[in-house]
Amino acid sequence: MSKIKAENVNVYYGSKQALFDVSIDIAEKEVTALIGPSGCGKSTFLRCLNRMNDVIEICRVEGSIKMDNLELNSRKLDVVRLRENVGMVFQKPNPFPKTIYENVAYGPTIHGIAQSKEEMDQIVETSLKKAALWNEVKDRLDEIGTGLSGGQQQRLCIARAISVSPEVILMDEPCSALDPIATAQIEELIDDLKKEVTIVIVTHSMSQAARVSQKTGFFHLGKLIEFGPTDKIFKNPDNQQTQDYITGRFG
Amino acid sequence: MNSFKKNLLKKRYNAERRFQWYGKIAIGLALSFLAVFMFQIFSKGYSAFQKTWIVTEVHYDKELLLIDAESPSKDDLENADYYDVAYKAMTSLDPGLPEEEDRQLIQMVSYKYEAEVKDLLLKNPDYLGKIVPIKLTASDDVDQVHKGNYPRDIPEEDRRVNDYQLQIYDMLNERGDILSEFNISFFTSPDSREAELAGIASSFMGTVFSILVCLAFSFPVAVLAAIYLEEFAPKNKFTDFIEVNINNLAAVPSIVFGLLGLGVLLAVFNLPRSTPLVGGITLSLMTLPTIIIAARASLKAVPPSIREAALAMGASNMQTTMHHTVPLSMPGTLSGTIIGLAQALGETAPLILIGMVAFVNTIPGTPVDPAASLPVQIYIWSESAERGFVEKVSACIMVLLAFLILMNLAAQIVRHKFEKKWS
Repeated sequence: MSKIKAENVNVYYGSKQALFDVSIDIAEKEVTALIGPSGCGKSTFLRCLNRMNDVIEICRVEGSIKMDNLELNSRKLDVVRLRENVGMVFQKPNPFPKTIYENVAYGPTIHGIAQSKEEMDQIVETSLKKAALWNEVKDRLDEIGTGLSGGQQQRLCIARAISVSPEVILMDEPCSALDPIATAQIEELIDDLKKEVTIVIVTHSMSQAARVSQKTGFFHLGKLIEFGPTDKIFKNPDNQQTQDYITGRFG
Repeated sequence: MNSFKKNLLKKRYNAERRFQWYGKIAIGLALSFLAVFMFQIFSKGYSAFQKTWIVTEVHYDKELLLIDAESPSKDDLENADYYDVAYKAMTSLDPGLPEEEDRQLIQMVSYKYEAEVKDLLLKNPDYLGKIVPIKLTASDDVDQVHKGNYPRDIPEEDRRVNDYQLQIYDMLNERGDILSEFNISFFTSPDSREAELAGIASSFMGTVFSILVCLAFSFPVAVLAAIYLEEFAPKNKFTDFIEVNINNLAAVPSIVFGLLGLGVLLAVFNLPRSTPLVGGITLSLMTLPTIIIAARASLKAVPPSIREAALAMGASNMQTTMHHTVPLSMPGTLSGTIIGLAQALGETAPLILIGMVAFVNTIPGTPVDPAASLPVQIYIWSESAERGFVEKVSACIMVLLAFLILMNLAAQIVRHKFEKKWS
């Protein structure tokens, strides 16, 4: 079942076109991986899904992106509501320089999700548990989030993202700043999360895409070259360019 | 390695050594200038923190005080006539002096000696009818003689203290009746035409009020302007134009702001002349660009990843700014503010133009009372000829420098203690 349906998405940075007619169907409660060489537009596409491109003044998005029949690329869309439903985890862990508790409680606070202190405590605990961080930080929730290790910080960011129970989580190379052990933890986490959440992950690591995703899309020079089940993309791609990239002949 | 290469290497090392020496010499020069400057100020000014008193005896004679009542009330003491009592206290130092020469003795204490005689009795009503010792503020000239600042071996007509006065001084000094104590009145008294009575209380309070007014006007305006320009305003030609103008404003000579204060605040808005209110607003015009620039720089220094994190959580622009960016930029903004205020603290020219150069011998209680300010006080005193004011100028500079050092220290502490470190 399709959660997000993008049709003919074109993105321009000023006069430079970054995405060309991208159409893609992202299935619900699955992990979709977007791969491709640097500068191919995969992050740009990801940022269309929660309208983070709004921040970039010269950026212009054309085409239709529908989430559950709601048009995302519309002026009338309430971006705040959208981002409550579509969480995001960034390349570099970026916890707020506040306490671990405050980091996780921030979303529920601004969206008025918790009615009482107990409820908030509960949300913080569940989110941290889902992010597999609870056991490591439960005794030091009032410590500053930026004091954690890189991998812990990234899991804190995931906990922060899931604290508002989003339907979709976007991950922009979430493991690129992490060591292999922390990466393995995050990948395991992604596997768990997909039972409840739709995940779109941009990654440079093809092995990661192969491990965690069910569908993979290959981007090159702003075009979606090939999109399909991960198995097929990696074992038997239709397109020669995909074949070359997967086998490491360019990129 | 051939000899050419060796030579080249040697040259490079020599060049580096030479360069390091140039740097050391430059620093040495700067430090020695500072040392000379400090030595000048301290050697001239430290004596201003000592005050010279002449001890004599006063007889609170009811008849001379013109008090009739058997047990006089406070009002009676207040309204009594102290002229004769005070006069006798001084002339008793040399009973043999002919009456027409008495001015020579009276001149050895400050002109306020009569008030000092009165104050002692008001504080101790039981002294009435008794003979008690009293400390009187020595005149500026005696003060300078006691501090050794006046040469005694020049001809009498070139001296401000004549032979007779020196003789009395030596006699008193031998008796131990010349006291030198910490000069409290320098900090508690307003300005005076007499060097021995002049203090910095008025100008200090004037400076404090001016700085507070300046802070109250410039900080909110500057921070709001900086936040708007940095976080909300579209980046276009118009905002570029504003940015250029703010930077230019920071370079405008302060006297121009003084003229603006004179022309607008005094002439158009009719605000009270010579007051810290006007001074503070004028200074805030100068501080404004400094704070805006500091605030914008520290807003810019907040990593974009923090903004993205907040926006991606569904925070609005306003929430992102107020919950994250602004609190994170505050240490930088505050230290910039303090440095801006420290600059304003030392400003003289604009304050002179708006009339804070007036002679004020009251201590201001509110920002709308007339006052001077520390740098203007330095300027006023440096125009006075008496030797007593020379040391007061240096002492006032020391107080101003201490004030500045404290503020800069505060800026450093704010920056280092509250600045957040990220990952």
